[in-house]
Amino acid sequence: MTPRRSIGVALPAALAALVSMAIAQGPPAAPLRLLTPEGTRTLPTVQVGDVEMVALDDLAAVFPMTAKEDPITKAITVDWRGQSIMLTPDQSLASAGGRLISLPAAPRRIRDRWHVPVEFIARALAPGASPRIELRKPSRLVIVGDLVVPRLIVRHEAPGTQGRLTIDVSPPAPHTVVQQGDRLIVRFQAAAIDPTIAPFTARGFVRTVRPAPGAPELIVELGPRFGSFRASVLPSDGGIERIVIDVFPPVETTDAAPGTPSAPAPAAPDAPPFASGAVAGLRAIVIDPGHGGDESGARGAGGTLEKDVTLAVARRLKGAIESRLGSRVLLTRNDDRTVPMDERAALANNNKADLFISLHANASAGGVLSGAEVFYLRLEQQGEEARRIAEAERVSMPVFGGGTRDIDIMLWEMAQARYIEQSSRLAAIVEQELRRVVPMSRRPIQQGPLRVLVGANMPAVLVELGYLSNPAQEELLGSSEFAGRAAQALLAAIVRFDATVRANARAAAPPAPLTAETARP
Amino acid sequence: MTPQRAAGIAGIVLVGAALVWVLFVGLPRWTASTPADPAPAADAPGQASPKIHARLFYVTPSGSRLMPVEREVDFADTPGAQARRLVEAQLAPPPEGVVSAIPEGTKLRNLYVSGGIAYVDVTGEITTGHTGGSLAEILTVYSLVNVLTENLPAVTSVQILIDGKEADTLAGHVDLRRPLERSPDWVDQPAAAADETTG
Repeated sequence: MTPRRSIGVALPAALAALVSMAIAQGPPAAPLRLLTPEGTRTLPTVQVGDVEMVALDDLAAVFPMTAKEDPITKAITVDWRGQSIMLTPDQSLASAGGRLISLPAAPRRIRDRWHVPVEFIARALAPGASPRIELRKPSRLVIVGDLVVPRLIVRHEAPGTQGRLTIDVSPPAPHTVVQQGDRLIVRFQAAAIDPTIAPFTARGFVRTVRPAPGAPELIVELGPRFGSFRASVLPSDGGIERIVIDVFPPVETTDAAPGTPSAPAPAAPDAPPFASGAVAGLRAIVIDPGHGGDESGARGAGGTLEKDVTLAVARRLKGAIESRLGSRVLLTRNDDRTVPMDERAALANNNKADLFISLHANASAGGVLSGAEVFYLRLEQQGEEARRIAEAERVSMPVFGGGTRDIDIMLWEMAQARYIEQSSRLAAIVEQELRRVVPMSRRPIQQGPLRVLVGANMPAVLVELGYLSNPAQEELLGSSEFAGRAAQALLAAIVRFDATVRANARAAAPPAPLTAETARP
Repeated sequence: MTPQRAAGIAGIVLVGAALVWVLFVGLPRWTASTPADPAPAADAPGQASPKIHARLFYVTPSGSRLMPVEREVDFADTPGAQARRLVEAQLAPPPEGVVSAIPEGTKLRNLYVSGGIAYVDVTGEITTGHTGGSLAEILTVYSLVNVLTENLPAVTSVQILIDGKEADTLAGHVDLRRPLERSPDWVDQPAAAADETTG
């Protein structure tokens, strides 16, 4: 047993080393940028499957930590600011200062160096660290110390005769906008910037927007239709400040002062309020037919599939909303295919939707329950904490991208947290309208930690149309008459919610927006 | 370069690959099924081992909620080992006349308690055997969350892992990416009023 075993260990170990070099290790991802008060460094990473990993000795080169491998137990001990972080080669759970932390993958030896998922920085090193450590994985940043690194969301629209660039800045940072030849330079008083630039079609005013290499600046390349610009700042709640740069064509048609280099000016009277879309009511609505493709969802005894019921109602609802309200309606799927969870809310966020409705059909043990239910998000205490921390630090949520882990999750979680009250009002309206035409459950409004709602940056509910586990309900849910009735009820609810949005917008922001009407397709 | 030699090399590679599998897949699987808490050998089966009163959670007759059912569960002297006993009792076939919200065949792979969070690692049957539906999924999740948070003061929240990995959801509804706290929302108490005095 023992001699055979020792051969068995030596040979596979050699093979495993080969395998891990040849197969497991994918093309290296772009390095992380480490921003410290002393300067910028890079931290190389490798992609292993869908997990991005960083070498422990690369971390030890930039953080005051040491890593030791125990030759007998194979455990890796990381000494970090007086506490021990214990890693085990085949475990994705690790212990840090006596607390268990969970990582997306176990540590892995690649080319004789131990690697850990980059989340190790956020989960093992960052908690309680002073100076502060923050991992912004999608932005490829690790921020050390109290550096100001505002997130920027840059959008451009060119409705009619002028162009408008909006830059949402969080946390707000002092900035200047100056013209240098055929460029505008937006310079921030910050250690660095973390920009997300929405794709836009250049309509002559602005050619491109890009970050300046190595400086906290955005460079706006101006196009042939550029004549002059005016910059203004709209302070807003939630720790987001909005810079609006209006770009006008050359002279004649405008009385704006030509291209004076301008410091942030007080809000121009014709600049739209922050929630400009709301004044026009619900501009875009995302309907999410639950499940699809490989995921059939619940299944009735007669073979009715949840994914088919939800798609039938969603298609009817899309048509009904478009003809009645004129809002843009997007479906997260319009056929039978698998859609990842994160993509559903991301579609709504990326299209700046004003409403998100996820459609589902329910199931229960026993098969007697019946009726529709409307859910909105219930935050766990952790989510509440995340929201408080995020608000205290005045960081806020970007509008583009998907819900990834850690910092992003906290921020995305905060997104729906900001709308829980509105979502509960929406749930009440949806319940009242559904009640007129379809049977309701005994508990028609519920709250739960529902995954698809967490990331939605707008009022959002999940509607369970009925119970497929109940034979009578299955027959009802499978009928096209039901799909029509449910769609009509949901439309009525959306029309009512739209009316409350318009009323609130009128009360809150009387000046007519510059773009909201003309921007409509 | 002779065919025999090539065959010999191929043989060695095959044997090596098999051993790699054993070492990196097989062994971890076997070892994973051994308890992580070093407390288990304490009680010998057959002897009257000490028990605790615990509340397990099953589906109400209507199917709309969970209800607590008092059962005796083996005592263990650490929170981690006790948590393991509780989850094993919850996963065991339910008593006559009640229905479990957890799909049949689901087994406990591993369990850790740390900093008030119980990490409950169960087998994939919890997903593959699931009927779907928000309600059914909520009841499955809160059976596990509540059995630990109600019976063990040391556990304030529960993170469910499936086959050793973090999971998004069981069947597309409940967010499992972070630990969940006890939720009385999904539990019917009235029938168990008498239990309040015994507990």
